[in-house]
Amino acid sequence: MLQVESVFQNVNGKPILDQVSFHVKKGSCFGIIGPNGSGKTTLLKSISGYYRPVSGTIRFQGKEVHEFSRKKLAQKMAVLSQESLPNYPITVFDTVLMGRYPHLKWYQREGKKDLEKVDEILELTSLTHLREQTLDTLSGGERQRVAIAKAMAQEPELLLLDEPTTYLDIGHQISLLKLVKTWQNESGLTVIMVLHDLNLASQFCDQLLLLHQGKVVKIGSSKEVIKKDMLEKVYETIPEIIPHPKTDVPQVILGI
Amino acid sequence: MKPFQLNRWIIKLLIWAPVFAVILLFIMMFSVSTGSADLDLNTVWFILLSKVPYIGATVEPSWRDSAETIVWDIRMPRIILGVLVGAALAASGVVFQGVLRNPLADPYILGVSSGAALGASLVMLFGIELVILGQWTLPIVAFFTGFITLIFVYYLARVRGQLQIETLILAGVIVQAFFGAVLSLILALSEEKMQIIMYWIMGSLALTDWSYNKVIFPFLIVGLLVIWFLSRELNMLILGEEAAQHTGVNVQRVRVILLIVASLITGAAVSVSGTIGFVGLIIPHIMRLIFGSDHRLLFPLSVLGGAIFMVGADTIARTILAPRELPIGIITAFLGAPFFGYLLRRRKNGFFLGG
Repeated sequence: MLQVESVFQNVNGKPILDQVSFHVKKGSCFGIIGPNGSGKTTLLKSISGYYRPVSGTIRFQGKEVHEFSRKKLAQKMAVLSQESLPNYPITVFDTVLMGRYPHLKWYQREGKKDLEKVDEILELTSLTHLREQTLDTLSGGERQRVAIAKAMAQEPELLLLDEPTTYLDIGHQISLLKLVKTWQNESGLTVIMVLHDLNLASQFCDQLLLLHQGKVVKIGSSKEVIKKDMLEKVYETIPEIIPHPKTDVPQVILGI
Repeated sequence: MKPFQLNRWIIKLLIWAPVFAVILLFIMMFSVSTGSADLDLNTVWFILLSKVPYIGATVEPSWRDSAETIVWDIRMPRIILGVLVGAALAASGVVFQGVLRNPLADPYILGVSSGAALGASLVMLFGIELVILGQWTLPIVAFFTGFITLIFVYYLARVRGQLQIETLILAGVIVQAFFGAVLSLILALSEEKMQIIMYWIMGSLALTDWSYNKVIFPFLIVGLLVIWFLSRELNMLILGEEAAQHTGVNVQRVRVILLIVASLITGAAVSVSGTIGFVGLIIPHIMRLIFGSDHRLLFPLSVLGGAIFMVGADTIARTILAPRELPIGIITAFLGAPFFGYLLRRRKNGFFLGG
């Protein structure tokens, strides 16, 4: 699905990523974790084609990302950031409808099929009751749900999430991630997710990549990555690791 | 399954566009029958009717030639020009505000109008008339100097192949300030032509005849079609550069197309009417306040609104102190500036996005 090979990346002349390599399998959930300034977001932006790597290659379905046109790429890849929708007076329906854009030719307007698709997605994401409301009247959690719905309307094969839960309370965090999980189970979607929250990352992702100062420290399952010595070195704090009482995945407890 | 529904913006457009069109026609009729020469309404109507193809021949002329000249050669071209210029300024206002995501953007922000004004004053100062262009010298020179200014501003603002919005606005302001100084210098040096150049700088529809309409019309029609066609992309640009890109919009390309088209129609408008301020700023704002920010609706209604505003303002400009005439820029500023102040005070959450 996605192969990243020894990528170097500069942003504004500052080296950010240093020889990053990994592969993501189709249908899996791949988490990127690491402290502030470790290059997580830059890595995601390189995958999304927003930055072009200085050296190394990022291949998506056998072709380098920057070789795709914007439209072709958006047909296959959707991106969700911390705050992906502005506080803007446009209706939920029209916003989600924008997700159909990559599937339309430049002269084509949205047809019956697109409008029905959007209503279907609104139903799926429990947004139907907000259909005609404008974005500026929604809460942060609702707006993030609309952003997911818009990404769904793109019908991508790969979804990139950049700390999608940052501004949400725990209830909304879980419901958002559950939505992504359901979507993934139903369509074979591949997910690459940057997460600050190690516990959520540990529970939701099949594989984790720990990034530190632009270098890959470890790639593996949560049991292999969420380890005391590993986190101690990277985060410069001393966490305790315990298994989750129900699922047995490692969870981090902070001590002051 | 529910029956197929028209999207709401289409319904709103189908309701409001005809309403605006009727208001526009009404105000045009009012304007054509008002003026320093008192003509009764019937005469005005019959003169106009006689100009309609096919039907016109059946109308028996019962008026003096001078009346026909006033209605058809003086008032009508001026009113039509008001419609075209108002539409052009409001249209480019919508585009500049949307693309630059800046509430203060208007057709003049990129220095296009200053460039055009500079070119026009040079033509007037030296009384140049190029043989090939004849009477079109002034509008065409103004148009090209405006366009060259635009290219220069783009050149200033391009950093490493990327067009940054902030740099673009700054470059426009710098160029505008410089050209303003040059204009003032020209004014100071040209005593006998001062008044006519002043008129032009403050904007006026007074110097018009039908040929002016022919200059602006093709640019305007093509420009409006292109912009309306891209109104969906305009909506998506509001999401922000990255989000728009990730949804499949070629942001750089769409931006450049829109800015060039908007600058072209601004240049065309300035070249026939001088620099008329506030229309491009105020009209899109009012429309956004009333109808929301969906450009598919906002754009066509702003175009009609701009035309209404301009014809109305011009009617005031030529009647309020009749037989003397005021530059229309004074009227639009008198109406526009206080309203802008009002908008500024009543903003809630974010001037632009909160609408």
